[in-house]
Amino acid sequence: MNAPTPVPPGVTVAPALGDLFAPVKPRRGFIGFLWRHPTIAAGGALMLLMLAMAVFAPYLGTVDPTALATTQRTRPPSAAHWFGTDMLGRDLYSRVVYGARVSLTVGFAVATLASIVGLAIGLISGFSRFADAVLMRVMDGLMSVPSILLAVALMALTRGSVGNVIAAITIAEIPRVSRLVRGVVLSLREQPYVDAAVAAGTRAPMIILRHILPNTLAPMTVQATYICASAMIIEAILSFIGAGTPPIIPSWGNIMAEGRALWQVKPFIVFFPAVFLSVTVLAVNLLGDGLRDALDPRMAKRL
Amino acid sequence: MLAYIARRVLATIPVMAVVALFVFSLLYIAPGDPAAIIAGDQASPEDIARIRESLGLDRPFLVRFGEWTWQIMHGDLGTSIFTNLPVTTMIAQRFEPTLSLMAITLVLAVAVAVPIGVLAAWKAGSFIDRAVMAFAVFGFSVPVFVIAYLLAYVFALELDWLPVQGYTPLSEGIGPWLENLILPAIALGCVYIALIARITRAAMLEVLQQDYIRTARAKGIGQQGILFVHALKNASVPIVTVIGIGIALLIGGAVVTESVFAIPGLGRLTVDAILRRDYPLIQGLVLLFSFIYVLVNLLIDLSYTLLDPRIRY
Repeated sequence: MNAPTPVPPGVTVAPALGDLFAPVKPRRGFIGFLWRHPTIAAGGALMLLMLAMAVFAPYLGTVDPTALATTQRTRPPSAAHWFGTDMLGRDLYSRVVYGARVSLTVGFAVATLASIVGLAIGLISGFSRFADAVLMRVMDGLMSVPSILLAVALMALTRGSVGNVIAAITIAEIPRVSRLVRGVVLSLREQPYVDAAVAAGTRAPMIILRHILPNTLAPMTVQATYICASAMIIEAILSFIGAGTPPIIPSWGNIMAEGRALWQVKPFIVFFPAVFLSVTVLAVNLLGDGLRDALDPRMAKRL
Repeated sequence: MLAYIARRVLATIPVMAVVALFVFSLLYIAPGDPAAIIAGDQASPEDIARIRESLGLDRPFLVRFGEWTWQIMHGDLGTSIFTNLPVTTMIAQRFEPTLSLMAITLVLAVAVAVPIGVLAAWKAGSFIDRAVMAFAVFGFSVPVFVIAYLLAYVFALELDWLPVQGYTPLSEGIGPWLENLILPAIALGCVYIALIARITRAAMLEVLQQDYIRTARAKGIGQQGILFVHALKNASVPIVTVIGIGIALLIGGAVVTESVFAIPGLGRLTVDAILRRDYPLIQGLVLLFSFIYVLVNLLIDLSYTLLDPRIRY
């Protein structure tokens, strides 16, 4: 077919042109995905770093974060105490590193629990008109209490513990998930493929499992990352105002609460946990923004 | 229209009823003995019994709830366990600083956020747009007390431009009043600015693609006229909605901001109430803040007809 045209004598052939546009080779696989979504890469990397720090806290040159050294109170950062010491002489570097455990535990636990409960409530109210009327009134009520205050009210009646903090923040975050899921379910119910499934005689539980649930996963994952970020901030705020994790547990909010009285003269006590908390929340938010763009192309680059 | 307003106002009643029922039931559904928890670890059995009686925990739930609701309808939020003062009196004493802080924050946030959101949408994809979006992500991520300490450290301690802490009532002059509230308002406003700027940008991007914007441009209307008259007005409904929803952020943030800047407001009162486990006071504060939040959002719902004449009820 493509036999070269015979060249008459005396005619020189022009050199072949190079490609005007070099062929685009989209990177494939996981690396390619990260390449196209740098926010996910950045957020995920920071997140993994924090996670590694929390998991390997005992091997990162830390000492017992609760060990007192009354002779070495409020020392500024030095070679012996990288982040200095607090007013009881405890090593701040160790406390901050161990503090990652509390923040991440609360963040992940709240995101998971709120997603599961919110998903259940959202599915029920998306499918039953009666339950919808009742559940959504309750959610309206819960949503009209600012989440920090709701958590504060719950914490006032329970003994401070990490479990209770998780429960309090979860209750405050559930309405957001259930609203989201309900909205998705209501719009999916109108989809032709759901009608088709109904017409084919598929039972309701199967429709939920096969046609509704998979479609709620993308928006829920995005929402869960935002909830994780917000839970870590609320945990720190609760601890900061004295309504959170018991002071014995080194959490970033607790370290800042202890540094509060001295912040004008010893600002480093507040500074280090503040930086770690901000960076962690930033990482989760970047991850959330990136996931939103990746999972919902219609929303991408808009918000 | 009147019927719509009436319906919207009536619709807030069940919402407030759910809030009240929830806040009240917590005493009964909380794990353990709330009276013992409120009394603290060193309390004697007599103390616990006294608190149980003052909270009405010794009487049946429905009877107590009925009484309590009746009281609230008459403007009585109960009595503080710690000070024995009426909760309404304690709240009234602390109302001004918080109202001042929120009002300044609201004005500041809207004045900053809307223009930068408009700018970001106009110059979409540019360096300015990226900077605004980056600021928004940071605003969401840096907790309010971190910003508060940072501002206080730089502008009050290091540069000595503004007072570090405290509050001066408005009655002692607008200058000192404002001076004390500038830093807290910026700290409290950051996340709010991020939220409003982001939604302003999104709403403006949507509107700027509309045909009537092209028409306006074709008619030779200047850039400012297009942005602020034609586009912003049509993008105002989602922006105003978010301003209302964001009030919840302000309320939560005020609790922290007032603690950092030692402002004797409702947020500070909330913190004191938690530390003393003064549940009647916490109940009253939660009810009050939720009521304000519901009220603001009701007014915003009603304002849609003014902002967008196409919305008719």
